[in-house]
Amino acid sequence: MPIDVAADVIANHPLSADYHVLALAAPAIAASSAPGQFVMIKANGVLDRAGGAGSHDPLLRRPFSVFEVLRRADGAHIGISILSKRIGASTRLLYDARPGQRLACLGPLGRPFTSVETPAAAWMVAGGVGLAPFATLAESLHARGVSSTLFYGARSGAELFYLDFFRELDVELVLTTEDGSAGEHGRVIAPLDRRLAARPPLAPVMIYACGPEGMLAATARIAMKYGRPCQVSVERIMGCGLGGCYSCVIPIRGDDGGAHHVRSCLAGPVLPGDQILWD
Amino acid sequence: MDLSVRIGSLTLKNPLLAASGCFGYGVEYADVVDLSSLGGVVSKGLFLAEREGHPAPRIVETPAGMLNAIGLQGIGVRRFVEEKLPELRARKATVFVNVCGTTLDEYVEVSRILSDAEGVDAIELNISCPNIKEGGIQFGCSLSGTFDVVSAVRKVTRLPVIPKLTPNVTDVASFARAAEEGGADAVSLVNTFLAMVIDVETRRPKISNIVGGLSGPAIRPIAVRMVYECRQTVKIPIIGMGGIADARDAIEFMIAGATAVQVGTANFVDPFIWPKLLDGMREYMNRHGLRRISDIVGTVDVRAKDKEWISS
Repeated sequence: MPIDVAADVIANHPLSADYHVLALAAPAIAASSAPGQFVMIKANGVLDRAGGAGSHDPLLRRPFSVFEVLRRADGAHIGISILSKRIGASTRLLYDARPGQRLACLGPLGRPFTSVETPAAAWMVAGGVGLAPFATLAESLHARGVSSTLFYGARSGAELFYLDFFRELDVELVLTTEDGSAGEHGRVIAPLDRRLAARPPLAPVMIYACGPEGMLAATARIAMKYGRPCQVSVERIMGCGLGGCYSCVIPIRGDDGGAHHVRSCLAGPVLPGDQILWD
Repeated sequence: MDLSVRIGSLTLKNPLLAASGCFGYGVEYADVVDLSSLGGVVSKGLFLAEREGHPAPRIVETPAGMLNAIGLQGIGVRRFVEEKLPELRARKATVFVNVCGTTLDEYVEVSRILSDAEGVDAIELNISCPNIKEGGIQFGCSLSGTFDVVSAVRKVTRLPVIPKLTPNVTDVASFARAAEEGGADAVSLVNTFLAMVIDVETRRPKISNIVGGLSGPAIRPIAVRMVYECRQTVKIPIIGMGGIADARDAIEFMIAGATAVQVGTANFVDPFIWPKLLDGMREYMNRHGLRRISDIVGTVDVRAKDKEWISS
């Protein structure tokens, strides 16, 4: 069951002119969230006790994957962080958030990734801010000794973040940039395709993907081409995060063969890549 | 302190209802809200058949509001009765079902099915959705259409019949009167205001349906005015809504003439809003020495034109 926390801003680390990591004090959410789940954050404050919906502009909360689960040295949960990119009104406010501010944070929400066990390998495919759900997934995989690889694409080398974090978890990194300034020049789909082609059919692998929808569609198609399972974390414009508004729907192929809109907040955000009707 | 209000033959334990289209089928919120603590839950709009609705994107944020064009995605009335109603009953929710139709016969048939089901407390007739081409709004934008739908449904059910009115007409009060003449037990208003948002970089609309319905605090003063106008015109109860975000907003609607209120968009922002709204109403009653919340309905004081205007 999700809870709503008036979360203190612990820290806000800029990573670039657009990207940042915002740490929020929300121990109860941290303790109960699973990799792939998300929170809904009100970028302009907390909700007042008289039932006020807080500041009305921007009005709605915005969804964010839980990026890190923050713990004290003794293991006690402190809170969570989000990896955010400045795009709209709410993300601009979050980029400028400072310690001392409090933000309403609702979560954990949504269906998490389904885990995978050795001998299967885990291949994570991230595009840009789609790196977000993979920090906690990589920790979980590492804790269970699952061999993992991160295919990580960004516009430039300056926008490839947290590489050491993943290296310390023994995650193999396959990096691509659109401008060729780091890693392989191009999109992350190309090395994924080559690796899948080279992988022995009897060596199981689970593909996890998060990023722009075009990248997710391409990843799901490649996974299908090689007969590999694939879980994608989708992001659709979301209103409430709890299934109330029916805004965040995505078409999937139903058991009857027809197209059905499912709410990505309840049925997802993690969905089987081969069920989504990508076009 | 008495928070109860009466809508036709129905007594609600308090004036707060979750608005249609903003609360799923109610069951989605059963873990975060005690459904029995609400005056009522208004289901998402239901046709006879299932509908998939419009493609995403379906919403866009606007100043102090949002635009939506969901397209009445829904599971159809029969699946609602089979799959959702039992849980709503088990949770002791007071259930208002929002009824849609593309034809007069469909409104009648959906209403008949709901009247035969156990656990439905009232029918809200959706004659005001701005986001679908066929049905609904064609009745809600015509006085005779409003009268015809209400009187046809009236004949097949003993449940309270409550048409939900659109604000996208010149004179909402005349539609409230047509509903009253058709035999409505109450009217609810307002549905959303037809609106549009364009991305100036791409010159494309920001939602797939091109236009959608505006809701949220941005529309509240217009909605309050419309409730006030309807209160002058009809005797049946009014269920007011439009941008309510706190207890003061709810009370404002009641003072304007609403017997009960619905909260929609604010529930997206704060799903835990319900006990806060009730606390805020009790606090207001305490401060004003009110024993019954129903005593404030329609008590706006417009007589003192010559007195000095003092803002509170």
